Amino acid sequence: MSTQIKKVVLIGSGALKIGEAGEFDYSGAQALKALKEESIETVLVNPNIATIQTSEGIADKVYLLPVTPYFVEKIIAKERPEGILLAFGGQTALNCGVALYRSGVLDKYNVQVLGTPVRAIMDTEDRELFNQKLEQINVKYIQSEAVTGIDEARRAANELGYPVIVRAAYALGGLGSGFCNNDDELNILVEKALTHSPQVLVEKSLKGWKEIEYEVVRDKYDNCITVCNMENFDPLGIHTGESVVVAPSQTLTNSEYHLLREIAIKIVRHIGIVGECNVQYALDPESEDYRVIEVNARLSRSSALASKATGYPLAFVAAKLGLGYGLNELKNSVTKDTPAFFEPALDYVVCKIPRWDLGKFHGVSRKLGSSMKSVGEVMSIGRTFEEALQKGLRMIGQGMHGFVGNKDIKVSDIDKALSEPTDMRVFVIEKAFEAGYTVDRIHELTRIDKWFLYKLKGIFDLSNDLSTFECVDDVSIDKLLRAKQLGFSDFQLARLIMKPANKEIEAATLAIRAYRKQNGILPYVKQIDTLAAEFPAQTNYLYLTYCGNEHDITFSEDSKSVIVLGSGAYRIGSSVEFDWCSVNAVQAARNAGYRSIMINYNPETVSTDYDMCDRLYFDELSHERVLDIVDLEHPKGVVVSVGGQIPNNLAIKLHRQDVPILGTSPVSIDRAENRHKFSSMLDQLGIDQPKWQELSSMDEIYKFVDKVGFPVLIRPSYVLSGAAMNVCSNKEELEHFLQLAANVSKEYPVVVSEFIQNAKEVEFDGVADKGEVVQYAISEHIEFAGVHSGDATLVFPAQKIYFETMRRIKKISRSIVKEFGISGPFNIQFLAKNNDIKVIECNLRASRSFPFVSKVLKNNFIETATKIMLGEPYSKPDKTVFDIDYIGVKASQFSFSRLHLADPVLGVDMASTGEVGCIGSDINEALLSAMMSVGYTIPKKNIMLSTGDSRSKIELVEPCRMLVQKGYKLFATAGTQRFLADNGIEATSVHWPDETEQPNVMDMIRNNEFDLVINVPKNLSKDELNNDYSIRRGAVDHNIPLLTNARLASAFLIAVCERSIDEISITSWQEYS
Amino acid sequence: MKATLTLDNGIVFEGRSFGSEKPTSGEVVFSTAMMGYPESLTDPSYLGQILTLTFPLVGNYGVPDCCIEEQGLSKFLESHKIHVSGLVVSDYSEHYSHWNAHESLGEWLKRENVPAITGIDTRELTKILREKGSMLGRITIGDEKDSSPLYDPSGENLVAKASCKEIITYENGDKRVVLVDCGIKQNIIRCLLKRGVTVIRVPWDYDFSTIGYNGLFISNGPGSPTYCEETIAHIRKAMAGDKPIFGICMGNQLLSLASGAKVFKLKYGHRSHNQPVQHIPSGRCFVTSQNHGYAVDNDTLSKDWEPLFINLNDGTNEGIRHKSKPFFSAQFHPEASSGPTDTDFLFDEFVSLVKNDK
Repeated sequence: MSTQIKKVVLIGSGALKIGEAGEFDYSGAQALKALKEESIETVLVNPNIATIQTSEGIADKVYLLPVTPYFVEKIIAKERPEGILLAFGGQTALNCGVALYRSGVLDKYNVQVLGTPVRAIMDTEDRELFNQKLEQINVKYIQSEAVTGIDEARRAANELGYPVIVRAAYALGGLGSGFCNNDDELNILVEKALTHSPQVLVEKSLKGWKEIEYEVVRDKYDNCITVCNMENFDPLGIHTGESVVVAPSQTLTNSEYHLLREIAIKIVRHIGIVGECNVQYALDPESEDYRVIEVNARLSRSSALASKATGYPLAFVAAKLGLGYGLNELKNSVTKDTPAFFEPALDYVVCKIPRWDLGKFHGVSRKLGSSMKSVGEVMSIGRTFEEALQKGLRMIGQGMHGFVGNKDIKVSDIDKALSEPTDMRVFVIEKAFEAGYTVDRIHELTRIDKWFLYKLKGIFDLSNDLSTFECVDDVSIDKLLRAKQLGFSDFQLARLIMKPANKEIEAATLAIRAYRKQNGILPYVKQIDTLAAEFPAQTNYLYLTYCGNEHDITFSEDSKSVIVLGSGAYRIGSSVEFDWCSVNAVQAARNAGYRSIMINYNPETVSTDYDMCDRLYFDELSHERVLDIVDLEHPKGVVVSVGGQIPNNLAIKLHRQDVPILGTSPVSIDRAENRHKFSSMLDQLGIDQPKWQELSSMDEIYKFVDKVGFPVLIRPSYVLSGAAMNVCSNKEELEHFLQLAANVSKEYPVVVSEFIQNAKEVEFDGVADKGEVVQYAISEHIEFAGVHSGDATLVFPAQKIYFETMRRIKKISRSIVKEFGISGPFNIQFLAKNNDIKVIECNLRASRSFPFVSKVLKNNFIETATKIMLGEPYSKPDKTVFDIDYIGVKASQFSFSRLHLADPVLGVDMASTGEVGCIGSDINEALLSAMMSVGYTIPKKNIMLSTGDSRSKIELVEPCRMLVQKGYKLFATAGTQRFLADNGIEATSVHWPDETEQPNVMDMIRNNEFDLVINVPKNLSKDELNNDYSIRRGAVDHNIPLLTNARLASAFLIAVCERSIDEISITSWQEYS
Repeated sequence: MKATLTLDNGIVFEGRSFGSEKPTSGEVVFSTAMMGYPESLTDPSYLGQILTLTFPLVGNYGVPDCCIEEQGLSKFLESHKIHVSGLVVSDYSEHYSHWNAHESLGEWLKRENVPAITGIDTRELTKILREKGSMLGRITIGDEKDSSPLYDPSGENLVAKASCKEIITYENGDKRVVLVDCGIKQNIIRCLLKRGVTVIRVPWDYDFSTIGYNGLFISNGPGSPTYCEETIAHIRKAMAGDKPIFGICMGNQLLSLASGAKVFKLKYGHRSHNQPVQHIPSGRCFVTSQNHGYAVDNDTLSKDWEPLFINLNDGTNEGIRHKSKPFFSAQFHPEASSGPTDTDFLFDEFVSLVKNDK
């Protein structure tokens, strides 16, 4: 190992976004751990405050600043590190690193890139260079042409022959890419792709070929291994991030497997990777012909998956290799005895399934293609493919119970749904079987390998067989066991066999459970040991299966263990912040002397790193599975309050089965979750809340609206795809929306609430002990209520609320905490208008903002909460702790650019995919850092405004005046221009998209003439919506920063005018005190 | 149909039959390879053994046509028939899908009269086997009882059984390699032929000193090396000369024994595709395919010999070489098939020595 390296900068990936999610928290945290082991000082650049890697004790210094060349250069200049790691923060870090290399910054400060040299990275990122490299070693690649203009693209496409695929170079997750069947489709796509990247690749489509990946590791001594290979269930044509993936490959012969393995090693040696990389192939399903698709010279989503699938810590090893170690000098971290130079042997199969949230986005296309839209993923482990797949389909948490036994989905045209896949892909296959489609026919339409389809057919056939019974006693024990081995849950069995009404399903499920336990049908715990039991291995990495008859481990009944339920798949509304909470809870329990047990199944997390706890069950967070594990482990109790909504929802059901729940009573949790119970409790306590009612007819709704007035907030209780919560400001909208949301009926009532306009939203995060508040944090939203709290920009400590408001909020919180008898974390959300305080929500669990407030305060709320839940001593923080003289701002990251056609507007339903938290000495500094961290840039010159209703227009007057004074040039649509002119502010008038006159806003967007677009929606009237939508979507598609909220726009513009970028201080988190 | 695997210590595993419905017995062994079941089943090194696969899903891609030949060798398999006495898996796939598949694994096993059992906790079985080393066992079908004595492959000379019975010549160039067939995997022959040498394949006990050759190759094979006294004697004779010698697996052990070294039984045998070895002269590391229960004792190598490869997991010998003469061998399988192809270069080295032989 190189001894010159004493200090290293690691670049993180910033906010979670589609294509770059929690996997980089895992890789970065592993790399930092590897450096720490070598006593190297570590400096992390990552504004993602909710991550583990930005927590205390991981890196020596953390800069919560934007991951851009500008800031990283400043940090390098200040810290003067000897080395830098670029491979652990996804494409964001890689691009930033390449830019710093190109501009000579790394040379200037004498910073050595550890691991794969930048030259090699550039060889893999630039398609032409890459193809040349492969050509040199006679490796086949996909014929493609790199072009920089649209005419060139057309020529290339016609030469290659349609269909072609278009990709933007240097882009993450297939951003701006897609298939084109003709010139027209090509024109649209290339234009868009060119806005994301100067180079666009036009390549021959190999739709229908198998997609195979290898994870390859190489050290500087040229020792090289492939840690894992993976096979996509969906053939080429669907982005690997959108596909079900299995590891290891299942339909490849030895000859195919080793052909591709050998080529992968050849490529990695030739390019000169030092560390980890991923090689993707297309493999002809009818021969051994192949093409290399691409090489990612960095840790990736696939490498995180491969690490979890095999137990081989790729990021940790890659970091050590970057320091100069050889693979044979490092240890296998599972066996702790044998070297890291080996290839794991699996004796199970894993299945990765993407999690989409397309229902959350208005207008988005649900079709899957070459660009990634999923927001998270799960990994499931089994000893049959069916077991893994059905577990996985439950884990994605969208109300599905496996491949069969689900609520009925409607598919109008099965042929079309099979050949043009959507996020319902797998379930459409089940529908097709139901409609009598053969495996051959489905294969023709989907090109999914028949082996996978036969397996699915087997599940389908067994479910049909089971439904011929009515009583579980009539089903043979062998058949029941077989069903469990094929991954059927007790719920599925209950539904298929006993066919209970919805109300009786829980009882029926428990009856199945009791029956099978009586008959000895039990799951067994198996270890993931990297070597398929060839040698003994001490490993705490576990899963459960019905394909076994012995446990690999033993259990004790001393009640000295604590089970923490994790947060499941990342999705909109629940992501890395709950992983932070879970990890902190597990560690606090461990530090208090308990054996900590984690249950979670999200491969993109740190909580599923087996180093983090005493036992990791990589398995379902279902009622059934948690009971199975509790039966075996006899824990002191289960923590349900740190993993977000999934464990929270399990609390009462587990409680009913006498599972000890730590902390706040599940009965209280249930009271807080049940709208009726919670509401009447607030009434009893004399706490105000917005008026609401659950209504089941249009008449009732009109009566209610007459009472409270428009606008109203509507929540359908049965959320059908595409229609969730919405605000309606008039009768027309109300009717329109309720049609969308399926019809209102007794069975599917809606909740209608009074919607208070121009009210502030305030969050109260806290920890309590037996009904007494122990610590708390009060933060405020910049946006007025109406923007989901997960999308809003949060300021902590709250800056702009009245002292009186603050006092009332504390008082109300205390009385709620007391009433619920809270022990542990909680969060209450308030509306505040003129010192009028209303409670809108209360969660008796940790909230999304826990890591943010904990880190800004430097006081770990989860650690205290965990101690309280365990009944361990804790210290109540001193009051002065809350008196800090800096400010934190949490801003949201949106991924609209990947969500083709989605309207990038904010509303009551959450749409952001991630967040950052930055610290500054005042609001302007913190806000500017935060906004730049989520992709906004300081506008250079031209700003386009259409500012919505009069209130929003007024909000933006002063900022616009400041902009003009600063020399900015404003452009505005007619109404906005007039309003600004009336206020003495000059702006150039531009025409709406549907007008023919020039200058037209859309042309200017297409020509990239704006540095910032502010479009505040006025109301939901149709024309306006189309016009506004075009502007918003145009801005997103052309990669122009877009703001759609007047309050946030105002705050941002003021910050831009009052602070310049070089006034943002380069201060680490540790330095704020 | 129910099928049962009974180990000789009385432990019973119950599953379902998917091969031939006849009882069998033999030494129960395991392999942790994740693919390549057609290659493993036709590997003569598994003669007399009931093979357990730790990777649970087996049969997915069917089996290729075993009758297709090229140069007198099976095109896709390691020999012309299945050599294992029985197969034990966790989850046999009834349906298969692959362009190169000719029939299902079950059909093939039935055709070749080999019993197979699925639905077994192969991980648990492997843990038992790894602790006990080798263990005898039997597969019975249905409720039948079988009280015939268990077949113990260590009780006979398996090399004699697996070896060819007469000389077979594969003409392919001027330079001639004598290949001593102790139960050879055909990919070794393919690897040699690919490099343009003529291969003269001789039975295990054949005195090849009468044939003129440019290089000597000693193959892999089943069972214990101690039965091969004739072979060892012939090798010793060859070692007096200077013609290149290369041995693989059993060949490594026979060469070691001929040089005077000793062989011992490993606590945990090496049976996988993921065995790390280090090439001592260069320090380079490779992933190899292995299937052996005995190892050469490094400490017993005579002064003219040195270890060429060692295993990075347990430090045991993985190959030896002569300090001055062109003799070397590998305990692992550079011909792979099935397994990783990292050490294919050993054939290049051998053939280049052969080609330089005057």
